[in-house]
Amino acid sequence: MNLALIVMLPFLGALLPGLMIRSGRNACATATASVTVLALGLLLVHAPAVLQGETIKAGWDWLPGLGLNVNFFLDGLGLLFAGLILGIGLLIIIYARFYLSEKDPMGLFYTYLLLFQGAMVGVVLSDNILLLLIFWELTSLSSFLLIGYWKHLPEGRQGARMALAVTGGGGLAMIAGMLILGNIAGSYELSVILGEVEKIQASPLYLPALVLILIGCFSKSAQFPFHFWLPHAMAAPTPVSAYLHSATMVKAGVFLLARLWPVLAGTDAWFYLVTTTGLFTMVLAAGIALFKDDLKGLLAYSTVSHLGLVTMLFGLGTPMAAAAGVFHIINHATFKAALFMSAGIVDHEAGTRHIPRLGGLMHLMPITATLAMLAAASMAGVPLLNGFLSKEMMLEQTTHAQWAGLPWLIPFAATLGALLSVAYSLRYVVHVFMGPKRTDYPAKPHDPRPGFWLPPAILVLLVVLIGLFPEAMAGPLVRAAGAAVTAGALPELHLAIWHGVNSALVMSMLALAGGLVVILRYPEVWARWRAGPHPEAKSMYDAVLARVVKLTQFGIHSAHNGSLQRYLALMVIASIVLGYVGFTSAEHVAGQRETLVFSPLALVLWVLLAGACWLLVTRHRQRLLAVVAVSVVGLIVSVGFLYFSAPDLALTQISVEVVTTVLMLLALYFLPKRTPVESSPVRRGRDGVLAALAGLGVGGLCWAVLTRDFSTLSGYYLEQSVPGGGGTNVVNVILVDFRGFDTFGEIIVLGIAALAIYALLDGALRGSAGARLEAWQPDMPRAADRHPMMMVVATRVMLPLALMVGVYILLRGHNMPGGGFIAGLVVSIALIMQYMASGFQWAASKMRVDYDALIGLGILLAGATGIAAMVTDHPFLTSAHDYVYPPLIGKVELASAMAFDVGVFLTVVGAVMLALAQVSRLGLVAGHEPANISPMDVDPSTSTQDQRGTR
Amino acid sequence: MEFLVASAVGLMTGAGVYLVLRARTFPVVLGLALITYAVNVFLFTMGRLAVNLPAVISDDAAGYADPLPQALVLTAIVISFGMTAVVVVMALRAYLEGDTDHVDLADPDSGDEGDRS
Repeated sequence: MNLALIVMLPFLGALLPGLMIRSGRNACATATASVTVLALGLLLVHAPAVLQGETIKAGWDWLPGLGLNVNFFLDGLGLLFAGLILGIGLLIIIYARFYLSEKDPMGLFYTYLLLFQGAMVGVVLSDNILLLLIFWELTSLSSFLLIGYWKHLPEGRQGARMALAVTGGGGLAMIAGMLILGNIAGSYELSVILGEVEKIQASPLYLPALVLILIGCFSKSAQFPFHFWLPHAMAAPTPVSAYLHSATMVKAGVFLLARLWPVLAGTDAWFYLVTTTGLFTMVLAAGIALFKDDLKGLLAYSTVSHLGLVTMLFGLGTPMAAAAGVFHIINHATFKAALFMSAGIVDHEAGTRHIPRLGGLMHLMPITATLAMLAAASMAGVPLLNGFLSKEMMLEQTTHAQWAGLPWLIPFAATLGALLSVAYSLRYVVHVFMGPKRTDYPAKPHDPRPGFWLPPAILVLLVVLIGLFPEAMAGPLVRAAGAAVTAGALPELHLAIWHGVNSALVMSMLALAGGLVVILRYPEVWARWRAGPHPEAKSMYDAVLARVVKLTQFGIHSAHNGSLQRYLALMVIASIVLGYVGFTSAEHVAGQRETLVFSPLALVLWVLLAGACWLLVTRHRQRLLAVVAVSVVGLIVSVGFLYFSAPDLALTQISVEVVTTVLMLLALYFLPKRTPVESSPVRRGRDGVLAALAGLGVGGLCWAVLTRDFSTLSGYYLEQSVPGGGGTNVVNVILVDFRGFDTFGEIIVLGIAALAIYALLDGALRGSAGARLEAWQPDMPRAADRHPMMMVVATRVMLPLALMVGVYILLRGHNMPGGGFIAGLVVSIALIMQYMASGFQWAASKMRVDYDALIGLGILLAGATGIAAMVTDHPFLTSAHDYVYPPLIGKVELASAMAFDVGVFLTVVGAVMLALAQVSRLGLVAGHEPANISPMDVDPSTSTQDQRGTR
Repeated sequence: MEFLVASAVGLMTGAGVYLVLRARTFPVVLGLALITYAVNVFLFTMGRLAVNLPAVISDDAAGYADPLPQALVLTAIVISFGMTAVVVVMALRAYLEGDTDHVDLADPDSGDEGDRS
């Protein structure tokens, strides 16, 4: 639990900065820092046990069916990384407080930072690889926000996009690789996977899984050929660069190499892929770094180079090399974060980070210069600093490795990389801080406030302490992490400064001397570099991207040209093709189920239906006729339901039919009454063929189903309906009880549909639509009497009867055909008749019901019924029923499902009435007629003989 | 009998698809309504056809029609009413806004964007 809290804390804490920024920048930074301190504290509580070699686990099942569980574990490697993320994170928070200017939204920055921190801690502590992948993607997303934090800078936005495209794309490969790995191992738990070495390495899917996972790791850790995104991400504020690109995000890739080292390493494929990539990246990036004029660009490429070094060490596949890699991760994080921070201070105080414009800063900002020079010396591998120790270990390990039978290649390349590393470290020191004082800095450089230089100072202190007392400072941690990486195969390891004069020391000295020479003759080296070719990764990336965009646009625009007809035709064609493929890929045996004898009545109905369909296809241009034809189809469908023993459906269908037809007629009042001839005969022929094929397919499928026997779940419902649901109408019991949750969702959908209609039509009263309505001219002759007496009287007489029928249908629904849906529709129809007879305004003034409130009430009632069940410790929507025997009436059933059905009823009435009332309201605006005071044109109580005569 | 039902479903689908492919909103709405009928009946037939069976549980019933597809189709009918209503109203609003009831909201006389014929 404790472990999960460490991961959750930054996420929960991410809410704080946004709130605390109202109390000022210091409060905001303090709140953010306290979250990280708390998480770090929780982590350190576990540190003693983990350093003893224990593994701490915590978690719970989330989606066990998918193998996705919230499981965390903490071992040496997790402790090392979580410690780096939280510890350096804390320093970054303090540093950022002083780095960000008044104009920068600090609350936003800290929120992003904490989100990122949580995602990173999640990556390094996850036991479940699916969970790890989720956090992995979260790091890509949150780093996108951080890199693009300065939204006004185009470079920032481009850099963020590029970082997201590269790391996110790599993340996709990673997902595929991890899924394959999990499938081979038979579990998604890392603790299980790490134990399945033989099974995984023997699998034919080992290589694809390895390659995909490596793509994910290399893109995240900016290894060649994915190295180019990192320098462009330097457009971010320096605290982000220091955090993401020294200690955390780019380390996620090497973290995963370390984490999966026990199962993936040790094969030839691993050695050649990982070592070669690491080695090449190390040398290439170091070369580019040497000639970068941008301070942060230099550091960015140096980071890429050092990550290459670590990657190469893991690639060697020996336990000792892996331990050296772990040690270098610690050392690199400390000196590189300090270097980034000092670069940020220089940029902040001198106003530029362009190296040719700097120099001589030693005299102006001695503290910063000292810190930067110590950190740079560590990066160069100067003895007595921590960078020297891990570099020695690295060089020592390379002497044992052979690349394709060439024993000299790896040591040579490693020494070259080290030499270049010395050179660019010196360049940072010599060209920025040494030399004569200048007078043309963009700003007046001086040492900043202590809060600003304290974070890098702490890191530099660590650099020195680890360098001087490696065993005391880092020994246990490196051993614990090394043991975790190598799954216990780590031989005795003792960190010491002096190992005697060996080949590693010679290589190291060569590198130092060579680096010194390079920097002394820098102008010459630089000129030679200038003359050579400079393939620009960004332009290649842009070209590839442009080509992909073009291809995608071609694909989209050729299908998506804005024509609904084309989309629909394509969809129909696709369905037909899919159906045809399915049809041809199966056997075709005629069904054996006994068919029913057809009755003459059925044949008559079929002929009517076929005639209506024919009428629709040939005469659909006459829209009123078409509405009539559609209603005929609907009526036949409801008769069909009745015929085939489904009275509930018949009742529902017939009442829906009435409401739908009324609605269509209302809409047709405004729409054109005829459809013009537009399609060419060819087009009509094509559509006809498509329609015929679709009809043939669906009809054939239906025929195939009907002539085959089947098994159904319904036995359960039929048996349980009375004892379990307390109703004999199984269909209704299923709706309100067994599948009540479905019904609950459906009435919500219905309510939303009604509200959407309200919104659509309410907007039609304004703007150009409103103007058009105001100027509306009726395009059909009107009836002489607006509100005919016969209709008014008839509907008024019908109203109480219809309402009574509605209530009756509602109440009996549990045991007889009926229920909330049908009752709601019947009552709605009764009410609509009043509108039709006496006009919208008159009827609305008499029925002061808020229909949208009715929808809400119905849904609330249905929901409350469900919650009531939860109060009594049953699952949501469990129904209860009992029988009471009041005098005279006899046995009466009371079921909680009844209340649910009332909720359904109210929602249906509300939704139908809201929809129709809204369309009627448009008619009122377009009608240009005063609202009637009396319910009908003629008032029978006052009418006399001659009045009637004049009409 | 099964053939009549199956062919009726096919007829409704075919007519519906033809109407949905028209260029004006109202036929499209009618086409969708027809396809809705076809789909509902199709779902209903998953319980196969049964004639003259009781709708409610009783002791002397010889058997029952499959209630499960019926329950599903019942809500489907109501929901499809909701859908039809929204589509009708969208057609109406589009016509009022754009002064044309072409499905692409473009006056067929004024331009050549899209492919319409």
